[in-house]
Amino acid sequence: MTTHDTRPGSAGGADTPGPLHGGPDEDYTPEQLAAMSREELDILGARYDGVEILHVDPGPEPGSRLEKRAVRQVGWTFAAAGISAFLFLVVYAGSGWFLPEWNWATEGTTWSALFNPLLGLFMGLAFALAGVGLVLYTKKLLPHETAVQDKHDGSHFDRVTTGATLVGGLHNSGLARRKLLTRSLGFMGAAFGLMLVAPLGGLIKNPNKGNPLGRTSWAEGVRLVRDDGTPVRPGDQEPGSLETVFPAVPGGNFQSDAATMLIRLRPEQVAADRPREGQADYGYGDYVAYSKICTHAGCPVSLYEQETSRILCPCHQSQFDVTQGAKPVFGPATRSLPQLPITVDDEGYFVARSDYPEAVGPTYWNRERI
Amino acid sequence: MAATATTPGAPTSRLGKAATEFDDRMIVAGPVRRTLNKVFPDHWSFLLGEIALYCFIILLLSGTYLTFFFDASMVEVEYQGEYDPLRGTQMSAAYASALDLSFDVRGGLFMRQMHHWAALLFVAAIVVHLLRIFFTGAFRRPRESNWLIGVVMLVLSLLMGVTGYTLPDDLLSGTGLRIISAILLSIPVIGTWAHFAVFNGDFVGTEIIGRFYIAHVLIFPAILLALIAVHLLILVKQKHTQFPGPGRTEHNVVGNRLFPTFAGKATGLLLVVFGVCAALAGLVQINPVWLWGPYNPAQVSAASQPDWYIMFLDGSTRIFPAWDINLPGDYTIPALFWPTVVVAGLMFTVLAVYPMIERKLTGDTASHHLLQRPRDVPVRTSLGVMALTFYVWLLLAGGNDVIADKFNISLNAMTWVGRIGVIILPPIAYVLTYRICLGLQQHDREVLEHGIETGVIRRLPHGEFIEVHQPLGPVDEHGHGQLAYGGAPVPKRMNQVGGARRAIRGFFSPIEQPSAVELEQLGEGRGLAAGEASRELTSSGRPSDGGRPSDGGRPQDARD
Repeated sequence: MTTHDTRPGSAGGADTPGPLHGGPDEDYTPEQLAAMSREELDILGARYDGVEILHVDPGPEPGSRLEKRAVRQVGWTFAAAGISAFLFLVVYAGSGWFLPEWNWATEGTTWSALFNPLLGLFMGLAFALAGVGLVLYTKKLLPHETAVQDKHDGSHFDRVTTGATLVGGLHNSGLARRKLLTRSLGFMGAAFGLMLVAPLGGLIKNPNKGNPLGRTSWAEGVRLVRDDGTPVRPGDQEPGSLETVFPAVPGGNFQSDAATMLIRLRPEQVAADRPREGQADYGYGDYVAYSKICTHAGCPVSLYEQETSRILCPCHQSQFDVTQGAKPVFGPATRSLPQLPITVDDEGYFVARSDYPEAVGPTYWNRERI
Repeated sequence: MAATATTPGAPTSRLGKAATEFDDRMIVAGPVRRTLNKVFPDHWSFLLGEIALYCFIILLLSGTYLTFFFDASMVEVEYQGEYDPLRGTQMSAAYASALDLSFDVRGGLFMRQMHHWAALLFVAAIVVHLLRIFFTGAFRRPRESNWLIGVVMLVLSLLMGVTGYTLPDDLLSGTGLRIISAILLSIPVIGTWAHFAVFNGDFVGTEIIGRFYIAHVLIFPAILLALIAVHLLILVKQKHTQFPGPGRTEHNVVGNRLFPTFAGKATGLLLVVFGVCAALAGLVQINPVWLWGPYNPAQVSAASQPDWYIMFLDGSTRIFPAWDINLPGDYTIPALFWPTVVVAGLMFTVLAVYPMIERKLTGDTASHHLLQRPRDVPVRTSLGVMALTFYVWLLLAGGNDVIADKFNISLNAMTWVGRIGVIILPPIAYVLTYRICLGLQQHDREVLEHGIETGVIRRLPHGEFIEVHQPLGPVDEHGHGQLAYGGAPVPKRMNQVGGARRAIRGFFSPIEQPSAVELEQLGEGRGLAAGEASRELTSSGRPSDGGRPSDGGRPQDARD
């Protein structure tokens, strides 16, 4: 008894040759292959992959001027790429060591202004030169061959046999006959799908509950304050000027919808002022206050042109006329900017009389109903 | 089977032995040989998709680097970094970390700019790749599925861009986010619900940067990566298309094998793309977020434009009229809905189903592996140019305020130019393109029939002046060429058919013998040198006038 018999599985592969590979391994014995040159083997293998080498333009003749020149070009390109990569390292690691500090925000030296461009220059050169070198190599030194590869459509044999296996398996499962199984599987699949999607329900929030969209912190008696928190009183602004104000509540100057433009009209504008119906008393003297949030897409409308009384939204160029109740006069906006009713409190500072009478910000499906 | 030293052909070199050991375990020799032998057609336009792929690699690498430093949080912090002008300012942690990685991380700004530049180039490469596929008909059967995957990847890359440029939470990106919020709100019926699902409440909330972040660094890239894999697998399986030419049929691919020629060229291109992105990242500033300042809903800067690939939506929004639709029951469909959700939705849907539309209209359901020249399919080409005109016009409208400012034009006039142009320019583009296609077709046919214009005017003995034409092939009794048009470029100049020798190589001094070049060309039977050089052109070219101007200058035989 040999060890092979007592220990199954320890038999070396060499003792029991497995079935042959089939295909080319049966057509060509190792001896035949060993007798072929490397070029022949290359062409043979290619032919098995459906590739025919039609034409080979050999590269430049070894030792010729043409070859020497090409080798020089490629070699120097690669060397230059290496030098660029090295220079990148020098700039990157050397800044603040043997080179000046790279950090321009504090130092503001010439070198720190050059740091980033130099990184880009050297890494860009390194990569680009390496790429150019490789392309030159391929074009000037490699043989140019033209090869043709066959393109095969789907194999009929594969289709028929695969189909038979698939249909056979399906047939054996009997699903076509066992209606109860198909139905219960369908039901199970649907239920599983819903179950797996259901946790996404955590994302859903009812927008109609709580503080409705477009409501702000403006309320009766809330002061109009500037970004730095100082209150505004009549006479602070020149006629024709615009100031952005916020409700005097904590974090009021960061609220997305509360920003308001306090505009002091010039006398001509006051004369021409035609406020919206029912909002004639919303202003205070020659002051009017409009929401700064565009009714189109919600950008802050910011550019005020006194001469034409127009406010322009820089995002999509809606224009609103402040002497006509901030009615849109051009561009994609459809609604007037909401007007904030204002007055002056006991200490002479501007305050709101209430929140905006309508929702501020962009239009949506059920805005009118809220 | 363990190779023994006695087996014929057994490797003797150390490398060969190692390779054999490796193949004993992995059995990869077959697949590797098949891969190395795969033939790739040789045309520059097949490399456009590769540029997109290489940009994606840069995006993955630089993006991963950025995640080491970026903090996707909207918690308000006071900035204490290196950048003086903003020190002490209240801002979100996201913006503060974006500043920190630009100013406090060595090379961080370089990486951030590389990421941004690569993103712009990525989308651009995808769009140009798509145009090449479209205009050459490469989307036809059997490649409809890859077209569809490509369109999905384009949309994903736009979403990647939008979520990506929102992340720094600067004033510009915040303005963009506000518009995204308004677009979500504008969807009829479910607008507010969609907005609350995405933002977890009213604008702006405290979640959105974190949510966009995970979408930008995980969800979209993972889907994109999977789709790229499928896109490439299908490509390898179906093999490349190719332009018609000598020896090229529907059933073969003519070109270079993967190894070494194509691998060399592709790797070279990869390195050049990397180099271009790196150079841009260092030398050309992009999105200097520290200049915009932290986001504040009450502030905005003029000329707020998104990245170029979203500008067409900004443009459509700018020029769309103020048309709210008020429905009974106080419901409204906002004007904003049409130029954003509907326009983008329609554009990408039409793009995605175009192969099906064309198949339906032309009834052409056959498999195609040979590409078409755009001139040969005038209707498709004109439709494409029409769509492109529409798109580019919207893109320009997205910058109409800058144009108005720089050229001193009224902004309102620019808006009206945009509105009118978007309606009348696409049909004009269609008609013009159609005429140009037909003209080019006719010229091809004319050259095939009458030959190339040589520019030589001859006066015949009886006084008639003729221009000598060089036929491309054999001619009939009337001097008309008999070659049929094969969908490949027709030579239109004498030099293209060997009217002149090729240039002698060498920059400062010739590095080859001129006589050797002439001999070489004689040997190849190319060009006029092959026997026509000394012949005088004296006749009209009609056989009845005593001969043909030339028959040696035919297009070169199928050489490659």
